[in-house]
Amino acid sequence: MKVPYSWLIEYVDINKDIKEVADALTMSGSKVEEVIEYGKEIDKVVTGYVEKIEKHPNADKLRICKVNVGSEILQIVTGAENVQEGDTVPVALHGSTLPGGVKIKKGKLRGVESNGMLCSEEELGIANESDGIMILPKGTPIGVDIKEVLGLKGGILDFEITSNRPDCLGVYGIAREVSATFRLPLKEIKTNFKENKEDIKDYINVEVKDMLCRRYSARVVKNVKVGPSPEWMQQRLMDAGVRPINNIVDITNYVMLELGQPMHAFDYRFINGKKIVVRKAKDGEKFTTLDGVERVLDSSMLVIADEKETLAVAGVMGGQNSEIKEDTTIVVFECANFNGTNIRLTSKKLGLRTESSSRFEKDLDPNLIDIALDRACHLVEVIGAGEVVGGKIDIYPHPVKPYNLEVDPNWINEFIGINISKEEMAEMLRYLGMKVEVKDKLNIEVPTFRQDIKIKEDIAEEIARLYGYDKIPSKKIEGELVEAVLTKEQRLVNIVRNVMVSNGFFEINTYSFVSPKVFDKIRLKEDSPLKNAVRILNPLGEDFSLMRTTLIPSILETLKINYLRDNKEVKIFEVAKVYYPSDNIPVEVLKLGIGMIGKVDFYDLKGAIENILNVFGIDKVDYERDEENLTFHPGRCAKLMVRRKQVGVFGEIHPLVAENYEIEDRVYVAEIDLVPLFEAYKTERKYKPLPKYPAVDRDIAILVKDEVAVAEIENIILKVGKDFVESVKLFDVYKGKQVPEGMKSVAYSIIYRREDRTLTDEEVNVIHESIVKALEEKLGAQLR
Amino acid sequence: MKEQLEKIKQEALEEIKNAENSQRIDEIRVKYLGKKGSLTSILRGMGALPSEERPIIGKLANEVRQFLEEELKKALNNIKQKELELRIKGEYIDITMPGKRIEFGNIHPLNKVLDEIKDIFFGMGFSVAEGPEIELDYYNFEALNVPKNHPARDEQDTFYISENLVLRTQTSPIQIRTMENTKPPIRIIAPGRVYRSDAVDTTHSPIFYQIEGLVVDKGITMANLKGTLETFAKRFFGEKTKTKFRPHHFPFTEPSAEMDVSCFVCEGEGCRVCKGSGWIEILGCGMVHPDVLRKGGIDPEKYSGFAFGMGLDRIVMIKYGIDDIRLLYENDIRFLKQF
Repeated sequence: MKVPYSWLIEYVDINKDIKEVADALTMSGSKVEEVIEYGKEIDKVVTGYVEKIEKHPNADKLRICKVNVGSEILQIVTGAENVQEGDTVPVALHGSTLPGGVKIKKGKLRGVESNGMLCSEEELGIANESDGIMILPKGTPIGVDIKEVLGLKGGILDFEITSNRPDCLGVYGIAREVSATFRLPLKEIKTNFKENKEDIKDYINVEVKDMLCRRYSARVVKNVKVGPSPEWMQQRLMDAGVRPINNIVDITNYVMLELGQPMHAFDYRFINGKKIVVRKAKDGEKFTTLDGVERVLDSSMLVIADEKETLAVAGVMGGQNSEIKEDTTIVVFECANFNGTNIRLTSKKLGLRTESSSRFEKDLDPNLIDIALDRACHLVEVIGAGEVVGGKIDIYPHPVKPYNLEVDPNWINEFIGINISKEEMAEMLRYLGMKVEVKDKLNIEVPTFRQDIKIKEDIAEEIARLYGYDKIPSKKIEGELVEAVLTKEQRLVNIVRNVMVSNGFFEINTYSFVSPKVFDKIRLKEDSPLKNAVRILNPLGEDFSLMRTTLIPSILETLKINYLRDNKEVKIFEVAKVYYPSDNIPVEVLKLGIGMIGKVDFYDLKGAIENILNVFGIDKVDYERDEENLTFHPGRCAKLMVRRKQVGVFGEIHPLVAENYEIEDRVYVAEIDLVPLFEAYKTERKYKPLPKYPAVDRDIAILVKDEVAVAEIENIILKVGKDFVESVKLFDVYKGKQVPEGMKSVAYSIIYRREDRTLTDEEVNVIHESIVKALEEKLGAQLR
Repeated sequence: MKEQLEKIKQEALEEIKNAENSQRIDEIRVKYLGKKGSLTSILRGMGALPSEERPIIGKLANEVRQFLEEELKKALNNIKQKELELRIKGEYIDITMPGKRIEFGNIHPLNKVLDEIKDIFFGMGFSVAEGPEIELDYYNFEALNVPKNHPARDEQDTFYISENLVLRTQTSPIQIRTMENTKPPIRIIAPGRVYRSDAVDTTHSPIFYQIEGLVVDKGITMANLKGTLETFAKRFFGEKTKTKFRPHHFPFTEPSAEMDVSCFVCEGEGCRVCKGSGWIEILGCGMVHPDVLRKGGIDPEKYSGFAFGMGLDRIVMIKYGIDDIRLLYENDIRFLKQF
């Protein structure tokens, strides 16, 4: 919210630099987002009166203006189309400076002399964009420094007002904060005016049919002469970002900006039946708002109507039908209070957020109406806009009363960790408009404009912020020692991540939602349970609409992004959740996804997984071929079995899936359930004495049929060589020359050792031969 | 024989002097001192000497033998040293050639910074709590003083799964879940993914990370909140870091504050990172609202607490100078390798 500094100091005598005030207010709770000092760089820009406009002889789009700048009449060429003869505009003279250090000099435009420039709001740095030259209000004096006219000298404070402080949505509320921050008195706002002898009841009647309108007050002003409001008023409106319209509308806006209470003015002529009715709109009702847009209302929305038709969308915007016109002579000032939520929802539905609705939606204080309506009448009198009719309409069935609170000052000191006297606390609260009686406790009467204060903690906050958060000491937490512990799962996730990094993989971080298309891309079967995913009702788009049930598409997508960017060697992993629907809260399961492309193969992937299993101390691992999983190459896919239960799948991605992800390379992917791995994790490790007796190393090379799995060979060696064979290590698998078609040569290094004695060559020979024999018999192996 | 011995000694000495390598030394040893060596054969021939001469010649022969052995040893050492020097000279390599590395991977920058933050709080006695990402409306909003139709719900554009199920918009629901399950004293941080239906651009992502913190115990004060978060700021951003607490408003804390830290890029001078202010807004915090304590089953008359929440992505971006949040979720390997 923009607050001109000059307006603020009308209510608090503060003699400080604007920046200092901004800092102090930020630290006491009214955050100043920006201090705007528009005029700082502007020099030699004055107001000028456009006396005459002629066509440019050499250019269709240019015009030649004769501009009176007080001391002389200048010829200036402009490209703007909106300037008319008789307009008052800002003129940058020869040798002038605009924001950003832009210098303006005289020159020739298409052969015609131009002695300066007419400026837009954008060029003056007071708007981000503008269409055409800034047209100043009629009656603006000529030849005056533009900074004075635009009030650019005082500066403007732009506040971020939090939703709990609707009382700060007006200059006066901010002034109260200034007063409390600097402990300076807050001046009273002037609301005195004279009423005539008539009675408002002879003019208008109001009926409130819906409790969403908590209070409805109105005044009538007659003998109105609609015209521009005085310069000072227009100035303040502009500084606060509101466009001046005419004296009546400007008064309502001025009061809104000053007190935070929106108002509306109706042309009395157009109120049918001289009766105002506050009611719900009809479903499908069409209504044209002041901005000229026809809107469709529904029965959840509150409207201000007369006996026949709707006059305004309550709290949001008035209608064209009862708009103040040049010939309006009698106006009805509405000052009302509406349910905030209802206004917010209406404004959202209509896509129409106004200065008015953005205030009402915060739930304003209904008692603000008294002062606001009087202030409007006071301003009518001050600027001579009309004559106030006697009496007012005020429908207020359930008046809001101040709230009483008793707070122990000792508790406040303890809670915040400070030590200040109860008298000082009382003083702070009084500056905020509270009535405080100091006894053992503070007996506080909270004014109705502070609806946010309900409990002792709220009072503690007021004290703390006015005392200064920066003055509160910093203390370590004392008391019972709290031990920080990592859960087993947290610890093991860290281990998994570290092992993967040691394996050469990079951790990635992908979105949890995926497109429904991914199921087909990874060739899930029609009846795959993974297709049953949690669906987002309002996704960012169809491609982000499902909570993933598998990490594989995310891994593939990341590989794709990299592959298409010419990153051809990629090893990645992610530890993340997948989500399965359930009757209550969906189930979230932690998975490890791995992906790789480049100079790697199936066994690189398997090795990485084995490293994890090894670190976890998990034995009893089996790998089973999986030809059913259509995501993978049927000949290169394994189910990871731990204690006979499947905990994951890995292998080479099916060429068709790789094609779906535009990767023209072999792709290796794994997805592993982490929770069963965590359960199988073995903490105990026992020391085994180092061998006392020497080992005997024998190699063996055999020819077997191609389809024989090496695991079968190893099992036979270990079984036959039980108690003698310490380890078996595959060191060569060979197909090709000297090996018959359909066969492969497999070579192992076998280490024999006994724990209790030195083995003799003879003993080893016997066992080695029986191993060879067993391989021959069971697998048809031939010794090479 | 005396002369013979002397001659052998001189000959051998001469040969030792001229020996060029260790192999030659061995040959000389064999020639003179070996089984069939010349000195040995002299000793063998001693039987022919008169008995009174034998001890004299024997002694002399042994002296020669010992002398030659000494000399051979010395010569061998010399030669070995020379050979070693020669070998070393020939073995110089280009030490500027690249090392052979086991190629490690890397932790994602978000997790890297998160790990660092976790460690800092772990040292202050904070455990890590977790909660579901698909969360009940009750925990995400209602229990945190944000009832249906509260304006704060508009500020956090929420993804809905059903009427009472949302993708959590903040990590704050973990506060309630923790209080429900844990008796004070409580000291936790709760990092995790949160979701908001923001359109993607350089500073907005529909998924991002928050780190929540919660402390509940008897006698916890706002001074404790300041002390804890200042310590964190100094550990994380550097010991010189200053902090500034500004009043703010959150529905679930009272009093509430925002914490700024002095810009660690320009040390408060004012730069692009801090937009010239010298300060960077880092987190929101406050004393836990008594209604929130009650919702967590904790009596606010007996206990008090503070809570805080910060956006991890923003901190990571500031720390590494990353100017586009999308890079964090795109996972280009050339990006990931930089951290």
